[in-house]
Amino acid sequence: MNVRNMVLDKYSAKVYKNRKEHIMEVTEETKKQPIAANTRTIPGIITNRGCCYAGCKGVVLGPLKDVLVLTHGPIGCGFYSWGTRRNKAKTEDGRNFIEYCFSTDLQEPDIVFGGEKKLKQAIKEAVEIFNPKCIMICSTCPVGLIGDDIHAVAAWAEKEYGISCMAFSCEGYKGVSQSGGHHIANNGVMKRIIGTNDTPPKKKFSVNILGEYNIGGDGWETERILKRIGYEVVAVFTGDGSYEALSKSHTADLNLVQCHRSINYIAEMMKTKYGVDWIKVNFIGLEATIQSLRDMAMYFDDPELTARTEEVIADEMANIAEERAYYYSKLKGKTAAIFVGGSRSHHYQKLLADFGVRTVLAGYEFAHRDDYEGRDVIPTIKEDADSKNIEHLEVEKDPEKYKAYLTEEQYEKLKSKIQLENYYGMIPEMEDGSIVVDDLNQYETDEFIKLLKPDIFFSGIKDKYQIQKSGVVSRQLHSYDYSGPYAGFTGAINFARDVTMGLYTPAWGLVTAPWKNKSVLKAKLAGGEA
Amino acid sequence: MLKLTPKEITERSALRVNPCKTCQPVGAMYAALGVHKCMPHSHGSQGCASYHRTFLSRHFKEPAIASTSSFTEGASVFGGGSNLKTGVKNVFDIYNPDIIAIHTTCLSETIGDDLNAFIQDMDIPEGKIVVHANTPSYVGSHINGFFNMMSGFITYLSKNSGKSNGKTAIFPGFVNPGDIREMKKIANLMQVPFTMFPDQSGVMDSPMTGDYSLYPKGGTTIPEIIGLGDCKKVLALGELTCEEPASILERKCKVPYSLLPLPIGIEATDRFIMELAEISNAEVPYELEEERGQLIDLMLDAHFYFYNKTVAIFGDPDTVLGLTRMVLELGMIPKYVLTGTPGDNFVKLAEALFAQYGVDGCTATAAGDLFELHQRIKNERVDLLLGSSYGKQIAKAEDIPFVRAGFPVLDRYAHSNWPIVGYKGAMRLVELIANALMDRQDRDASDEEFEVVM
Repeated sequence: MNVRNMVLDKYSAKVYKNRKEHIMEVTEETKKQPIAANTRTIPGIITNRGCCYAGCKGVVLGPLKDVLVLTHGPIGCGFYSWGTRRNKAKTEDGRNFIEYCFSTDLQEPDIVFGGEKKLKQAIKEAVEIFNPKCIMICSTCPVGLIGDDIHAVAAWAEKEYGISCMAFSCEGYKGVSQSGGHHIANNGVMKRIIGTNDTPPKKKFSVNILGEYNIGGDGWETERILKRIGYEVVAVFTGDGSYEALSKSHTADLNLVQCHRSINYIAEMMKTKYGVDWIKVNFIGLEATIQSLRDMAMYFDDPELTARTEEVIADEMANIAEERAYYYSKLKGKTAAIFVGGSRSHHYQKLLADFGVRTVLAGYEFAHRDDYEGRDVIPTIKEDADSKNIEHLEVEKDPEKYKAYLTEEQYEKLKSKIQLENYYGMIPEMEDGSIVVDDLNQYETDEFIKLLKPDIFFSGIKDKYQIQKSGVVSRQLHSYDYSGPYAGFTGAINFARDVTMGLYTPAWGLVTAPWKNKSVLKAKLAGGEA
Repeated sequence: MLKLTPKEITERSALRVNPCKTCQPVGAMYAALGVHKCMPHSHGSQGCASYHRTFLSRHFKEPAIASTSSFTEGASVFGGGSNLKTGVKNVFDIYNPDIIAIHTTCLSETIGDDLNAFIQDMDIPEGKIVVHANTPSYVGSHINGFFNMMSGFITYLSKNSGKSNGKTAIFPGFVNPGDIREMKKIANLMQVPFTMFPDQSGVMDSPMTGDYSLYPKGGTTIPEIIGLGDCKKVLALGELTCEEPASILERKCKVPYSLLPLPIGIEATDRFIMELAEISNAEVPYELEEERGQLIDLMLDAHFYFYNKTVAIFGDPDTVLGLTRMVLELGMIPKYVLTGTPGDNFVKLAEALFAQYGVDGCTATAAGDLFELHQRIKNERVDLLLGSSYGKQIAKAEDIPFVRAGFPVLDRYAHSNWPIVGYKGAMRLVELIANALMDRQDRDASDEEFEVVM
């Protein structure tokens, strides 16, 4: 029995039937087959997935530092998403909304009689105390059920206070994971923010970074490199992001998509509406970063920019050469398992490969088939009831603001060379014999650890300590275990240093107590001799 | 840090800013983790279980295992019965717990799922048990969820067989495994046979052996929970956390209870020990007397670092009351005492402590938040902050020494392994508080004022 079947074997018929579609052993043949993704988790399974609210408020909107994000619901959801995602942000005047948690803290009478009145009062108080230019209302489960019209309240607030106020119906039960929440947030940002400020970029080559949440400062490191080359970064979605920056993002020349899963909607819609092209990039990993920078240079096709790109690459690589060689020597030949959200499991395979680490298992928590198999499969993905519940926003070409950077001919030529408006997906790049698991759960984690014995397991906080207690070092790739940045060149070294620490920390050698290997009792054996 | 917080305090009736509480289900999950071979089950959308597990893991640095009904929009419209039925079957099939402890969420409560009916309607495997508690997130706080889940176990399981088991039940309240271990140590020294319920020690502080187990060795066992009904007495520690389950057990099984404060500081620990002594008729052993003496010795040795220093204390009601009593014993002034959990009794109990120690100008607030606390501090500052990790923002903004205690502590290690209860716990608190104040003195001292001996 192969590893995949050994894990599936314990399941009952119904669960087996479901889970077997989500687990794949990569071979030349299976690479051509679909993997089940973005479908419901079976009740009772200890999944790592979160909810729609977590994707909308927690991931996409939460990092906006000049926006007062108001959670409309009982206290829990607001509390849990308060300062817990490491999306760093700094402001010039120190006024930073992401240090705060705002909630309507709904009580039983509000659930019975409706929460709109309290929401309005909370907005009034928020305006009076904090004077924000934008308030975003995010609803939690009961709000959708009791039928509060948060969109009407938002419209009222705009009129009443002359601020921007938008509502996101991101109740936790919508969709099948965080993914629905990303989509809802994308739609709102597209509808209401992007394109509202036409201030043009100052530099010749300008970009937005999409799907970069500045965890551990990744966005800052990426920006540093891009600025060194000479790019202007108009907006980052949404790490260290702001309403202000997002509003003028349509003026940039090119969108760079880092996390494809959470933000591809905006990339697509900006292309349709404003003509801004997007390319898939990956600033995690040395080779990946270099490739991304070269793809960008190829897009702009400017000799000076291309030369500068190579100069910066050479210089950054020279700066880390010694440390790179050291960590390569420490990590070469190790094996890894990776289970993260919707893009990192692919990105980090590249970074691990830079240091000679082979990925034996990879999976996404809330990805869609295109993240696994590449965007070519999108037309073949069947919409189910859960995805139909999430609005698909149709946008049209804006006749005044639409501008295409490339000629049609240039576009076609480039499309065959780089991931222009495309993402090739994770599975095509994975080695034969490796395992892919969608929505990996507690039981499967335990079983795969026993069978594959990876040297290191990258995941999140919910399974970190389970993995570690199994004797395998675990690093969180959501929070980086409070380290980072891991992006770009110096980030790669930070990562390699952290992995090395995890593997070589002396405590691993002390796990077994001496009396476990040798009896300390010196009793005489029944037979006689000592 | 927190630069948007104005000094001027304005009345708020709807906007909660920087809460000092969270919702019921996480408390229920923690309570259920204190039962041996129990799978806590969150009847709601996945996000609830995900957030709660995350928070518990971040506080304890341990796995926090729980399953979920994984509601989708369909379940929210048509009811979660089918999800729960499937969920329970799968949990028994795959994870094989002895018992599943279901708690509800704001989602399943709002749609009115009837858990009693669902459970009666289920196929539960022979020898396995399913219990539940209603834990609507829009009522009370995580503390309510904690005691509601305790009450759920008691309602379903505890029985009075008519024959006493000679044991005393100890309800430890919402505390850390380190606290529970200290309470057990004291009860053992007092020769009182007991059942600790719930008991997260051995679960949320389990050792690293290289061999992971879904159900670690610790936790109150099912026979022990059933046997609560045959206990002689309940010592319910934490006046605001443990009264409800204690009174339910009394009504159901005629087991009387004594409601005691969490044993934090001298007086509250004395009371705990005196109660135990009354039960066992045993002399207080020298070991405890020695600890008590060591603690008093320490309090006297270092008293000049504490006397008349002002403190802001925030967190869960019983923990805050315990810490308030403790700092009063040290001669400090608990200027602001605040919990996010609603309830007037908290204020009454805190004010009684202020009166007992004759301190003026102290305020106690229930259903408050950290924004309010910060504003008060901006108007009249304190010498020390004592509470959960979120206090670090205020501590940084106002440059005030900060000691972490209570729930959640997300940014320090090992804290949950050590007690703050009992004389040993009080010694630890004295050390933590003294170190924070003395480190500050060192930091602020000019070279000529800088002391090597203090």
